[in-house]
Amino acid sequence: MSKTHLELTGVEMAFDTPKGPFVALDNVNLKIQKGEFVSLIGHSGCGKSTVLNIVAGLLQASKGGCVLNGHEVNSPGPERAVVFQNHALMPWLTVYENVELAVRQVFRKSMNRKERRDWITHNLELVNMAHAANKRPGEISGGMAQRVGIARALAMKPSVLLMDEPFGALDALTRAHLQDSLMEIQQELNNTVIMITHDVDEAVLLSDRIIMMTNGPAATVGEDLHIDLPRPRNRVALADDAKYVHYRQEVLSFLYEKQRKLESLSSRRAASASTQGGESAKVEKEKQPASA
Amino acid sequence: MAARSRNFLARLSPNELVAAGKEALLPLIGILVFLGFWHLAAPQVQTSLGAFPGPAQVWEQAGQLWQEHANQRERASQFIAMQEQRNARILADNPDAEVRIRSYPGAPTFIDQIGTSLVTVLSGFALATLIAVPLGIVFGLNRYFQAAVNPLIQIFKPVSPLAWLPLVTMVVSATYVSDDPMFQKSFLTSMITVTLCSLWPTLINTSVGVAAVNPDLLNVSKVLKLSFWTHVRKVVLPSSVPMIFTGLRVSLGIAWMVLIAAEMLAQSPGLGKFVWDEFQNGSSQSLSRIMVAVLAIGFIGFLLDRVMLLIQKKVAWNE
Ligand SMILES: Nc1ncnc2c1ncn2[C@@H]1O[C@H](COP(=O)(O)OP(=O)(O)OP(=O)(O)O)[C@@H](O)[C@H]1O
Ligand SMILES: [Mg+2]
Repeated sequence: MSKTHLELTGVEMAFDTPKGPFVALDNVNLKIQKGEFVSLIGHSGCGKSTVLNIVAGLLQASKGGCVLNGHEVNSPGPERAVVFQNHALMPWLTVYENVELAVRQVFRKSMNRKERRDWITHNLELVNMAHAANKRPGEISGGMAQRVGIARALAMKPSVLLMDEPFGALDALTRAHLQDSLMEIQQELNNTVIMITHDVDEAVLLSDRIIMMTNGPAATVGEDLHIDLPRPRNRVALADDAKYVHYRQEVLSFLYEKQRKLESLSSRRAASASTQGGESAKVEKEKQPASA
Repeated sequence: MAARSRNFLARLSPNELVAAGKEALLPLIGILVFLGFWHLAAPQVQTSLGAFPGPAQVWEQAGQLWQEHANQRERASQFIAMQEQRNARILADNPDAEVRIRSYPGAPTFIDQIGTSLVTVLSGFALATLIAVPLGIVFGLNRYFQAAVNPLIQIFKPVSPLAWLPLVTMVVSATYVSDDPMFQKSFLTSMITVTLCSLWPTLINTSVGVAAVNPDLLNVSKVLKLSFWTHVRKVVLPSSVPMIFTGLRVSLGIAWMVLIAAEMLAQSPGLGKFVWDEFQNGSSQSLSRIMVAVLAIGFIGFLLDRVMLLIQKKVAWNE
């Protein structure tokens, strides 16, 4: 348990923009143990997705790097499965075929056809989506599609599961349900998980550790909070648990006192529009000159 | 047939019937108004070959052309039957005799010309598709390649078939030399001209569609480490199928227009030649016969587009 599984050292990320390089991350250091559930929390645009993409290998850090099991990460691979913010299912494949694409790619050699079929169905059942196996993503709700995205990632048996706001677009009930299933699944499989979230309760409930990021540009790890609550956790029982309330308090004070966003009114409007419209990427780009 | 359609009407509810009626009625009114206008306006237009033909004369010539085709077929089969009888007799006398059957030497009819044109346009279009789709995928996948060839595409795209035709003719007659040619040179010339003019919309649409694949899906492909071919087959192609088909439909429309022009200019067999021959012929029926050809060209163009649409509905996931 104590051996470092994943390590980020001195990560700096500078994006080329028409106005010159934009330093999004500066000197990010992070050590994660095997089987740990880590949440990344921070204000919008601080660089959480960037950290996740560097671990995934989808982005290359401009300085420093990421080491997984003693090997440097410099390209994406299925052992670091990603659950994308907006499910990213192939719209022309059915739910089953979407998971199949991943399973066939990863277990082409190690599983025969029947084993693969069972494994796909098993993962769809894990997220309660087996009933919609033959539907296309366009025919199911956003929450259902997100569940399939999770099933696809789990089906790759990743050693690290990377999730970018996996429940961000869901209603409160679906979200609670999925959080519970995720806890169960993680308990069972003992995956290492890095999850980005905006939701303080979600972070405290699910995580072993919460990494709080400072505001960008040049964001870095602000605080690293260990959540020492016994598992399995029950959201109702925890609601007035003194420790839980304390942890929650810590995160809130970091976000809204220490890292309070000093934004102009207009950019805050843009940010709220982004959470409603779900087009955060676009708004971030508009916001960037203001913060840079 | 009539009974079945009545059955079908009976199954529709009154509301649906009204809707279906409206849907059929408006186009019908449009066509009738057009025919009426044509009928009234045509006699006013005097040409050296007499008044411009109205719908009635054109209809009559359409029947005439069909009749000529039927007669020609009749004569052709008699011609063949005669040869067969004669051959049978020769073989009865001498079983070792060599016998041959010559095909009927009559001139191609209007219907034959339609067939020739259809075969030519489909071959040219198929060749254009075989070239344009793979090339479009390559250009769409590689930004640098795209930047390098973009000026060429922009320059060749607007070239008229009339400009290509002499070049293609010369090149075909110089390079396609064989004692027993599989294709006629005129066929090759028309087909290649069609290909050269119609491949651009498919090429451009394919490359745009390929370049516009959702970046999230590209990331999925990277995380899965899909091989290049699987990536193209499972992610890039399906994602750009709607755009490719938009391009294919434009291409087929252009192919059909270009073919008629090319046939007229090069005198190669087909509907274009039919129009040109009638124009040269200059009889009192020529204008009506050309008008039949014009309507046939339009109708076939419409049908070709419909067929493409049907295929698109079968193939594309977003339909
Ligand atoms: N490709 C890029 N080019 C230029 N700037 C970028 C690029 N990607 C991200 N950025 C900038 O880097 C910063 C961090 O972006 P990132 O997407 O990681 O934020 P985030 O914390 O995930 O935000 P959110 O919570 O809204 O998703 C932002 O200011 C963003 O504008
Ligand atoms: Mg993000």
